[in-house]
Amino acid sequence: MSTFDWVIQLIYVFSASCFVLGLHLMNNPATARRGNQVSTSGMIIAVAATLAIVVHGGLIKPVGWVVMIVGAAVGAGLGLYSARNVQMTAMPQLVSMFNAVGGGAAALVAVHDYMSAGASVSTTTTVTTLLDVIIGAVTFSGSIIAAGKLQGVINSAPVTFPGARIVNLLLAAIGLGLSAYLIGTPSTALLTVVIFAALAFGVSMVMPIGGADMPVVISLLNAFTGTAVAMAGFVIGNWALIIAGALVGASGGILTKLMADAMNRSIRNIIVGGFGTGDAAVAAVAAGGNVQSIAADDAAIQLAYASKVIIVPGYGLAAAQAQHEVAGLAELLESRGIDVSYAIHPVAGRMPGHMNVLLAEANVPYPQLKEMDDVNPEFARTDVALVIGANDVTNPAARRPGTAISGMPILDVDQARSIIVIKRSMGHGYAGIDNELYVDPKTSMYFADAKKALTEMTAAVKTLVG
Amino acid sequence: MYPALLVDVTIFVLALWVGFEVISKVPATLHTPLMSAANSIHGIVLAGAMLIAVTANNAIGYVLAFIAAAFAAANVVGGYVVTGRMLKMFKKRPAVLHASPEPSAVTAAANGSSHKGKSA
Repeated sequence: MSTFDWVIQLIYVFSASCFVLGLHLMNNPATARRGNQVSTSGMIIAVAATLAIVVHGGLIKPVGWVVMIVGAAVGAGLGLYSARNVQMTAMPQLVSMFNAVGGGAAALVAVHDYMSAGASVSTTTTVTTLLDVIIGAVTFSGSIIAAGKLQGVINSAPVTFPGARIVNLLLAAIGLGLSAYLIGTPSTALLTVVIFAALAFGVSMVMPIGGADMPVVISLLNAFTGTAVAMAGFVIGNWALIIAGALVGASGGILTKLMADAMNRSIRNIIVGGFGTGDAAVAAVAAGGNVQSIAADDAAIQLAYASKVIIVPGYGLAAAQAQHEVAGLAELLESRGIDVSYAIHPVAGRMPGHMNVLLAEANVPYPQLKEMDDVNPEFARTDVALVIGANDVTNPAARRPGTAISGMPILDVDQARSIIVIKRSMGHGYAGIDNELYVDPKTSMYFADAKKALTEMTAAVKTLVG
Repeated sequence: MYPALLVDVTIFVLALWVGFEVISKVPATLHTPLMSAANSIHGIVLAGAMLIAVTANNAIGYVLAFIAAAFAAANVVGGYVVTGRMLKMFKKRPAVLHASPEPSAVTAAANGSSHKGKSA
C-alpha cells in the first residue's frame, strides 16, 4: 500500500467518524443542526478524497471528466432546487425520491463494475453485485411509486388485483433463480433481466400499500437504500460506502420497527397490504350514545379558562394546512398563562416525525412537542384535550381485544376532563371503524374544516378575554 | 492477512451496531430530519459514481456513470440542504420570545401580540 492509499483510507475513516458524530448530535434538537454540519463536512472531505483518487490514478479520460462533472452538476442542481423549494407537507415525497436516486445510483455502480469485469468476475463480487442490484432496483422503483402515492399522482389507496401475489412470487422466483444461475456464469444480458424483475417487484410491492402506511414503507425503503449503498461498497471495495450504508441501514431499520410498533402491525402484514379491507368489519363497535356538538363560543370558554390544554394533531391538520392556525391559538392560550402542549403519535403524518416538522415550521417551540409515552400520563391532569384531524390514534377501542386496531398504542385522550374534537364529519378513520371517543359524554364535536374551526375558536377566545 | 471480504463484512456489521446504538437515542421529534440526514449520508454513493467514471470506456459505461453521478449528487446535495432547512425550524422558544429569560415573565409581554413569522 502506498502512502497515498494510506492517507486516503485515513481520510475515509475520518469522514465515517463525522457521519457517526453527526448522527449522534441528532439526539437533541439543540445540537442537531451542528450534527448536520459535521456530517456535511465529512461528506465534503470524502468527496474531495475521492477526487484525489481520480486525479492520482491518472486513468480518467477527458470524456470521463465531462461525464462526472456534468452529471454531478445536473444532479446537484436538481437536488438543491427541490430541497430549497419543497413544502414541508411534501417532505415524505422528497425523502422518498432521495431514497430512489440513492438506491438507483448504488445499483448502477455495481452494474458498471460487473460489465467492466466481464468474464473474470469473482464469485463474491457476483454475490454482492446481485444483492446491490436487486436491492437498489427494488428501492428505486418502489420509492418512486411511494412518492407518487404521497403526491397523489398514483392512487394512494391500496391497489390490488387478482393474482397480485402470484405475480410477486413469480418476479421473486425469476430474480432469485437467475441470480443463482449467474453465480459462476457471468452474463450481462441475464443481469439485465434480473434488474427488470427487481424493478417490477418494487412496483408491485408498494402498489398494494395504503397511504397511511407510508411511514413504514418510507422507513423500509430507506433501510434498503442504505443496504444497497453498503453492497456497492463491497463491490468496489470502498469502506466509506460500507460504513455509511450500514449506518443508514440501521437508521431505516430502527424507524421501520418503531413505525410498525406504533401501528401494532407486523412489517409483513403491512407489505401484504390492504388494511381496512378485510377483518375490520367484524369489529363493528356498539356505537350507541349521543354525539354532542359544540359552538365556537362554548369551545372558547372551555379553552380560555383551562389551566392545561393538550392539542392532539393528526394528518387531517396538515391536510387542511392549519398548522399556523393551531400555533396561533396555542400562543394566545399561552399568553393567558395556560400550559399548552402537543401530543404527537408516532404515525401522525406521512413519515416518521413528520408532524413535528410541520409544527416546528409553524413556529411551535420544540419543548411543547411531546412524544406519546411522555404525554399519556399527563392527560388525566388535562382540562381540555383538543383533537384536530386525528382519529384512530385516539380511539379507546384499541385497548379492547377484537377490533381492527386492538393493541395499537393510542394517546389517552379520553382521560382528559373534557375533549373537543375538530372534524369535518363523522366519517371513519383509516381503520374504518367508529371512534368511541366521539360518543364519550365528555367529548364535544366541532364539525368544520380544521383551518376554519381554529380561526373561529381563536376569534372567540379573543372576544371572550377581550 | 484476512481476506478482503472478511474485513469488509466485519466493518459492515460493526457499523450496523454503531448505527443502532447512536440512532436509537434520537427522539421521535427529530425522526424526519434524522431520516433526511441518513438520506444525505447514503449520498456517499457519489464516491462510487465518481470512481466508475474513471473506468468507463464505452458509451454504455459513460451513460451509467452519468446517471449514477447525477442521482448521487442530487441525493447528497438535496439531502443536506433539506435537513438543514428542517433543523433550522426547531426552536426552543418562539423567535419573538428569545430575549426573555423567564417564560413566566414572557406570558404578559406576549399578550395580544400576533403570531410572528419565521426568523429564517
